[in-house]
Amino acid sequence: MKRVFLVVLLVTVLAVLAGCAPPDQSQPAADPTLQTAVIQNKGSDTMVNLALAWAEAYQEINPQVRISVTGGGTGTGIAALINGTVDLANASREIKAEEMKAALANGSEPVEFIAARDAIAVIVNLHNPVSELTLQQVADIYSGKINNWSEVGGEDRPIVRLSRETNSGTHVYFLEEVLRMGIAGDKTLFSTDTLLLPSSEGIIVEVRDNPNAIGYDGLGYVVPEVKVIALGRSAHEPYILPSAATVAQGSYPISRDLYIYTVGQPTGATLSYLQWILSTDGQNIVIALGFVPIASP
Amino acid sequence: MKIFISQLFDKERLITRLIASAGYSAILFVLLIFYFLISEGLPALGEVSLHSLLGTRWYPIEEYYGLLPLISGSLMVTLGATAIAMPIGIGTAVFIAEVAPRWAREILKPLVEVLGGLPSVVLGLIGFLILSPALRVNLNLATGLTAFTGSLLLAAISIPTIISVAEDALDSVPRSYRDAALALGATEWQTIWRVTLPAARSGVLTAGMLGVGRAIGETMTVMMVTGNAPVLANSLRMLFMPARTMTATIAAEMGEVARGSVHYHVLFLIGIGLFMISLVVNVTASAVVFRQRKRSERILS
Repeated sequence: MKRVFLVVLLVTVLAVLAGCAPPDQSQPAADPTLQTAVIQNKGSDTMVNLALAWAEAYQEINPQVRISVTGGGTGTGIAALINGTVDLANASREIKAEEMKAALANGSEPVEFIAARDAIAVIVNLHNPVSELTLQQVADIYSGKINNWSEVGGEDRPIVRLSRETNSGTHVYFLEEVLRMGIAGDKTLFSTDTLLLPSSEGIIVEVRDNPNAIGYDGLGYVVPEVKVIALGRSAHEPYILPSAATVAQGSYPISRDLYIYTVGQPTGATLSYLQWILSTDGQNIVIALGFVPIASP
Repeated sequence: MKIFISQLFDKERLITRLIASAGYSAILFVLLIFYFLISEGLPALGEVSLHSLLGTRWYPIEEYYGLLPLISGSLMVTLGATAIAMPIGIGTAVFIAEVAPRWAREILKPLVEVLGGLPSVVLGLIGFLILSPALRVNLNLATGLTAFTGSLLLAAISIPTIISVAEDALDSVPRSYRDAALALGATEWQTIWRVTLPAARSGVLTAGMLGVGRAIGETMTVMMVTGNAPVLANSLRMLFMPARTMTATIAAEMGEVARGSVHYHVLFLIGIGLFMISLVVNVTASAVVFRQRKRSERILS
């Protein structure tokens, strides 16, 4: 009796544990001939509003396609792509070498599509008199060399640095292109007292409320209640505000490509969706949301 | 008739066993969790040197795995919360159990229960949108997203737990103790402070420990309001600066790490640390309670 009981308990526990196992990675691909196709889309928080707008517009003209969009950060999206739980991963940075290696080890080769461009806006509170900074000054603020607004022509106030969490593609881009000025091998890091906020909205809210704060965010997220800083490559060059025009000209110094990754060459519904995103219709949505369209749709 | 009794007997045995298995399964699950933590977390000790684990910088995407800022952040936020929650929680429990008139008690008890049921993410939102700007303006801080903001909210989360457990403990002190104290000429305050509270000490202590446990494990709220800057806390002043806790670190970073990477193992190592801390808190609490019980038994015999 006792033994039977133990066996039953063991089986129950094993069954529960089996339920916790990671999902099967060899999910059957969506059949293009099927009436409804489901596309799972996850990744960059910078792109989540854009991806949602794309999905909504596309589902309106193609009601047989269901697209689910979630954010979580570029790293999260690419991890999900590698684990086979999504069809499309949105990324605000290029896939890292180790992520590529992990994907190949899993038997899938990520394919990259450039879907839009984005300017990174440096933002401060509306009451902050500072309205232009050089890239070097921004780098020095974030690395902890400049700690008071008076050092860059502002009021005598401490600087509160805001950043996204380390799983954000924007964080990595900002580290490489601003703090390290794109120099490979540079080991500059964010000052330890940089606040790492879990969402883009968190940064906007804190900058809106706090006159000491400086933050950075994708241009698509910027609201009128914060002030966008004009950036100069050096003190002698003109200070440029981010906009679709200045990004397209290449005069605004910190802009980047936004990517969508698929596992292997896309087929069926996923392929048609990607083609639509890169078409004029898809790129018009990019413009409507404050991002910058890719040069040739 | 005979058959009926044996059936009854069997049914009873079955139920007894079911209840026993439910009890044992708790042990089993704790062991399984512990095994999982150890197997995922211990490899970190081989992959990262102890020197770097004891470093003061946490920046895992560039292989800085210093845990001290996270540990100090967690301790600071939790101790701050305990310091705020204990007096208020126990004070409220004393008021409800000993002082308040019957009608006030009838209102207060359910209200406390409702407060305990508030989802922590709601408190986090209130903290982020209202409390943190208010603290920045009134205390003249550089930012309102500080360890202290986290402490205040964690205190708000653990106070209902402390109140209801401590109130139960005070309630179970026999009426005759109070009557005896009052008959000897003690004032109401003396009765509470010298007789009722000491008599309920083990329950009140358990209440405090449960509150601490609730505070140290809380994740969402602290992630929203403490600013998550991994700064090593080396002075009391740091209470009013941003801090990053162990729980917030796991929650913020677990989603992005590749399974089996060094970063993944280190995050589990942090999990082991949290597990250890709550184990120590619980063992200390039960040790103190146990010692006291032995003492009171000695006195009574």
